[in-house]
Amino acid sequence: MIEVRDLRRTYRGRLGRKPVEALRGVSFDVRTGQRFGIVGESGSGKSTMVRLLAALDRPTSGTISFRGIRIDELPERRLKFLRDELQIVFQDPMGSLDPRMRVRDIICEPLKRSGNREERLHELLDAVGLPQDAASRYPHQFSGGQRQRISIARALAPHPKVLIADEPVSALDVSVRAQILNLLAELVERYDLTLVFVSHDLSVVRHVCDTVAVMRRGEIVELGDVEQVYQEPSHLYTRELIAAAPTLRAALARFQEG
Amino acid sequence: MTTAAMKRRTPTLTVGAILVGLVVLLAVMSFLWTPHDPTRVDAAVRLLGPTGDYLFGTDKFGRDLVSQIMVGARTTLYVGVVAVGVAAVIGTPLGILAAMGPRWLGEFVMRVNDLVLAFPALLLAIMFGAVFGASTLTAMIAIGIATVPSFARIARSGTLQVMSTEYVLAARAAGRSRFAIAHRHVLPNVAGLLIVQSSVSFAIAVLAEAALSFLGFGTRPPTPSWGRMLQESQELLAVQPRLAIVPGIAIAIAVLGFNLLGDGLRDRLDPRLAGRR
Repeated sequence: MIEVRDLRRTYRGRLGRKPVEALRGVSFDVRTGQRFGIVGESGSGKSTMVRLLAALDRPTSGTISFRGIRIDELPERRLKFLRDELQIVFQDPMGSLDPRMRVRDIICEPLKRSGNREERLHELLDAVGLPQDAASRYPHQFSGGQRQRISIARALAPHPKVLIADEPVSALDVSVRAQILNLLAELVERYDLTLVFVSHDLSVVRHVCDTVAVMRRGEIVELGDVEQVYQEPSHLYTRELIAAAPTLRAALARFQEG
Repeated sequence: MTTAAMKRRTPTLTVGAILVGLVVLLAVMSFLWTPHDPTRVDAAVRLLGPTGDYLFGTDKFGRDLVSQIMVGARTTLYVGVVAVGVAAVIGTPLGILAAMGPRWLGEFVMRVNDLVLAFPALLLAIMFGAVFGASTLTAMIAIGIATVPSFARIARSGTLQVMSTEYVLAARAAGRSRFAIAHRHVLPNVAGLLIVQSSVSFAIAVLAEAALSFLGFGTRPPTPSWGRMLQESQELLAVQPRLAIVPGIAIAIAVLGFNLLGDGLRDRLDPRLAGRR
């Protein structure tokens, strides 16, 4: 479905600062139906990766193919197919929804001017578990979790084949994270989606993905089956990542030491 | 929401609307009726204090102050609408273009902007007056042009802010064109800033008109204008402060009214704030 080859992205340094190499030679494949996780701490190049996958930014070098078509150099007017087939759920449930638009218009944004918008809207609200009367309200009237449902509904609107989730639960309360993750997993299942899930938290990725790529400073340091990576991390950095995640056992151990 | 609840929640908007409404009412009424002819010079009634017939008295030419204020309201509104209209219609698209277009174009627009900004508004208006003939309209077009940079700057910074949000990224991922993003996302989100800028510019334009009329490049006599009334009162300020206070209060009411209306509208137009307060 997606092929990434030796992808590099360097941001020009501003006012005497050094250029930032956000990605330095990343290659991976995402197969149809796969649930592909990308894990790394902030600054590892995850967000840059998301923008490049969605052709919202251009790589400095390297290639990205979507269904065998190079998308890294296509002009916007020839990316229509991608805009329908690949959608993104963003991290910030407030910042990714226009505060001045009603939920109806937000969800229908990716839809063309077609007759059955109302019907589709109805379906989508249903699919993400929002009440029908949500359509005429504004984003600020919803909680973080509900807003992320709106965001998911918008992403599903054009019947995409690939869903990119960019830290979809990082900004949410722990109590609603599981709900949103389960919803995502369920929707991926129901609509046969290919999922690219980006997070800084390996345990969250483990929850929804089958494959994971661990990124560090713009490079993939480890790539493989999520359980295998989680149980037997081969790279030191992956071990650190796993150790850094707060677990009950670790907390107790620290408590006993102290 | 009931009308009563609305008023309690947004006193700014209500007070602003009342003050502006008062000015508009005076202007509209002046077309139909004024107590006296505002331009009639009558030495027999010059410098009268307030009486039943002349509510605020008369000036040094015996002209009725109330009638002059009423007709002057037209000039004030005309001045504000023209100046702010010119500035907003030219400045807003320029600012959005500077933020969304190619980098070189944005830089170019903003440098030209700086050039205009560095030019004193009143000087520009005097130049326009000298070239095209002094009139309220030329003066106000000049003030409008001098105000374009403020609108362009605010529109640009607002647009840059909106363009950096994730909802614009989402709109791009949804295949929306630049134009659609400017129309659907940018404009509604910078409208609040522009409304506030309009109300401030309106007030400045009213004051600029007064200054220009003083210099003889604004509203020409005998058309009544609050600015010129103020200027004419100058020599009699010590003996007849009433002549300055009356148009002064009128200007203050108009300026205050438009400022409050701008603030109130901004809050009202923002769905995030509309529910609270």
